[in-house]
Amino acid sequence: MTRIPPALGHLASAALAFFAPESGGSPNANQIDTLYKIELVIALVIFVAVEGALLYALVRFRARKGAVAAQIRGNTRLEVGWTVGAALILVALAALTFAKLSSIQNPPNSGPEGLQLASASGGQLLASNKRLPPNGKALEIHVIGRQYIWQFVYPGASEPDGLGAPYSYEEMVVPTNTTVTLDIVSLDVVHSWWIPELGGKFQAVPGYHNYTWFKVPKPGVYRGQCAVLCGRGHARMIATVRAVSPAQFEEWRARQKQMLSEADAQAKLAREKLKTQNAGAGQVENP
Amino acid sequence: MATAQLAPVPQITVDRVRPQPRGWTSWFTTTDHKRIGILYMVTTFAFFCLGGVEALLMRLQLGSPENTLVAPIVYNQLFTMHGTTMVFLFVVPMMAGLANYFVPLMIGARDMAFPRLNALSYWLLLAGGIVFYASLFWNPPEAGWVSFVPLASSTYSPSGGEDAWIYLIHLTGLSSLLGAINFYATIANMRARGMSWGRMPLFVWAILVYAVLLIFALPVIAGAVTMLLTDRHFGTHFFDPANGGSSLLWQHLFWFFGHPEVYIMVLPGFGIISEILPVFARKPIFGYRAIAASTVAIAFLGFLTWAHHMFTAPVPEAILVFVLVSSFLIAVPTGVKILNWIATLWRGTVEYSTALLFCVGGISIFVIGGISGIFLATFPIDWQVNETYFVVAHLHFVLLGGAVLPIFGAIYYWFPKITGKLLSESLGRLSFALIFIGVFTTFLLQHVMGLDGMPRRIYEYPNVGHLHLYNLISTVGSFILGAGVLTTIINVTRSVRRGVVAGPDPWKANTLEWFTPSPPPQNNFDVVPRVRSNEPMRDIRREIERRTSGAPSAGAATVPAGATQVGI
Repeated sequence: MTRIPPALGHLASAALAFFAPESGGSPNANQIDTLYKIELVIALVIFVAVEGALLYALVRFRARKGAVAAQIRGNTRLEVGWTVGAALILVALAALTFAKLSSIQNPPNSGPEGLQLASASGGQLLASNKRLPPNGKALEIHVIGRQYIWQFVYPGASEPDGLGAPYSYEEMVVPTNTTVTLDIVSLDVVHSWWIPELGGKFQAVPGYHNYTWFKVPKPGVYRGQCAVLCGRGHARMIATVRAVSPAQFEEWRARQKQMLSEADAQAKLAREKLKTQNAGAGQVENP
Repeated sequence: MATAQLAPVPQITVDRVRPQPRGWTSWFTTTDHKRIGILYMVTTFAFFCLGGVEALLMRLQLGSPENTLVAPIVYNQLFTMHGTTMVFLFVVPMMAGLANYFVPLMIGARDMAFPRLNALSYWLLLAGGIVFYASLFWNPPEAGWVSFVPLASSTYSPSGGEDAWIYLIHLTGLSSLLGAINFYATIANMRARGMSWGRMPLFVWAILVYAVLLIFALPVIAGAVTMLLTDRHFGTHFFDPANGGSSLLWQHLFWFFGHPEVYIMVLPGFGIISEILPVFARKPIFGYRAIAASTVAIAFLGFLTWAHHMFTAPVPEAILVFVLVSSFLIAVPTGVKILNWIATLWRGTVEYSTALLFCVGGISIFVIGGISGIFLATFPIDWQVNETYFVVAHLHFVLLGGAVLPIFGAIYYWFPKITGKLLSESLGRLSFALIFIGVFTTFLLQHVMGLDGMPRRIYEYPNVGHLHLYNLISTVGSFILGAGVLTTIINVTRSVRRGVVAGPDPWKANTLEWFTPSPPPQNNFDVVPRVRSNEPMRDIRREIERRTSGAPSAGAATVPAGATQVGI
């Protein structure tokens, strides 16, 4: 392998990257990318062999004067051979996939520089597809899909019933080096959460919870959009993940929470004002 | 002794012979499988053209980023109409049309088992198409050909377009179901003497399996759309999560039908390839039994893989693993077929007829779709590429290679039988070249678009990376593809009137349809020859050669009486 000239190596890796999914934002996306590239190499070999044989047969055995077609009806040994051969390739691919699977599905612990987290809240581990890091600590963000916007609810509710939690729309802010688990739901139709560089997509199906995770190593902005047709505004249902340092995240979350509670307070005032006005005018119409 | 056996023995006594009805009204009353077959083929090709125009409009919209050529609602309607048309009004019924015309001829039957039911199948199909396209004048459906709920529920799609879609599924489903029963009954009961299961042409095998798949898969989608209809209008809550229903149930039901539907579309295409390759390689099909068995194996496994369309949905891990394995398994019989086709060409004398080119081109395109299917079956990879242009590319490579190009091959192969005229080979080659280049130009880069993060079913995309360039190339390719289709239309319309007379067996083919004159008479065969191998016409030609060369042989006594009519 080392004998391949560097330029050729670059070219090969560039070609692989051209035909490979987005990655680089999270370990699971990187693992999928690796798995994909291994499969791509095997697929290319099969592709070249099959198409090559087809083309060769077509050119080499074209009708010519004096050529006589061999009257062969089959060959059991050959049939068994390529059936077993194809099956073996697929067994190898399946084994490879299952070997890679845990690194794609199971979230790792947060890094030491990551956000300091308490242990997982509550015993919700019964849910089938929900996975937590080995130490049980992850930042859980609720992803709520609706026509045509994503809402993100962060931990940090001010009231025990979960109310007053900070949230944001369209842009999710996350701390770096921290394992973020997502609990994906939908309020109306089926949507699909997808940020290509942060791993695969997961449908938001009304009435169901779907789970995934990511862990962003360095600050940056990662873009994606809803991946299941959700109506006329589907193409505009975008999502952004902005990764910032844990300190900046804490600051942002506190500010967001404060802004939301201030807005709530103002809305409450406005509502009461409206109520007294309406009561004075004799028309009670409470939304 | 030889002469005694040669005297034709009447096998069927007809009590009265009706004159063949003439005039345009006879097309409405016909129960002749050949005329119904022609009705099917012409109708479905017209729908193919409509679906193609819808595709071109979509490609025009996507030719440049943030384009405003069509409104978002119109774009959603276009891809819904395109997908639905191509699946339910083109590929599946086109296969039914080809089967209608050729299955009775290939098995030596005089018509289908239930000729009137056959006519009903066609008229139900047409009714479905009209109901669906009538929605153009009101509100076409816009929830995609998969009609996921709750988007397709009355809350989110209140317009009648969704109902038109439901009625289309019902009417074409009923049409296909009745047709499937008819094919099964015909193939099981009406084969010529001597045509055992192991001597049936592979196209007939494919249609038999196609019929069984339809019989198992269609009731599921019929039930699902009925539930959707009652959810929409009669207050049930099958798919309504707010009232104890399950929106995921729709995905399960739809794909339990939807995945076998893929094989319903491509297995007859494989059957066509298996008929045409040996004829033009002048060599028997390699591994007849393996190809027939793999058809059955694919059909069986096809019912176990539906959840690979749902890898990103909230389904248990055990299902993901099971479906990965079953989807991988399906690649084995599919690969066996492809290798057998290559082996059929191997050491043959391959004539590059247009029909053969379309079949070989179809195989080479299908190989790409099959390989990308392995990526999609690997569920971690599917999480990245599902619902993107990668899937769009995959399904088009599968369906164009496995169904559409073989259909074009079938048109070039069987047109002389249907009309008695030959199609122009030079126009045919041009058409093939345009379609083949068009397919690659349109769809190859769509893999990359999907890998770069472009989801499907979006009416606009931002101008980032090379998306604009890729989309533009794809749009240009779609018009090359369109030009190729147009070339065949021109070829057909010219040749119907002015084509060279074909004669009964222009290709020196293997199967019984070439035993009759072109076009075949209403009763198909005056005398049905006895079948002694899976290449009866080859046997007959060889016998004639032996007799006309004057060399007496022991086998001469067994020549079927009808052989003398080959020259008619």
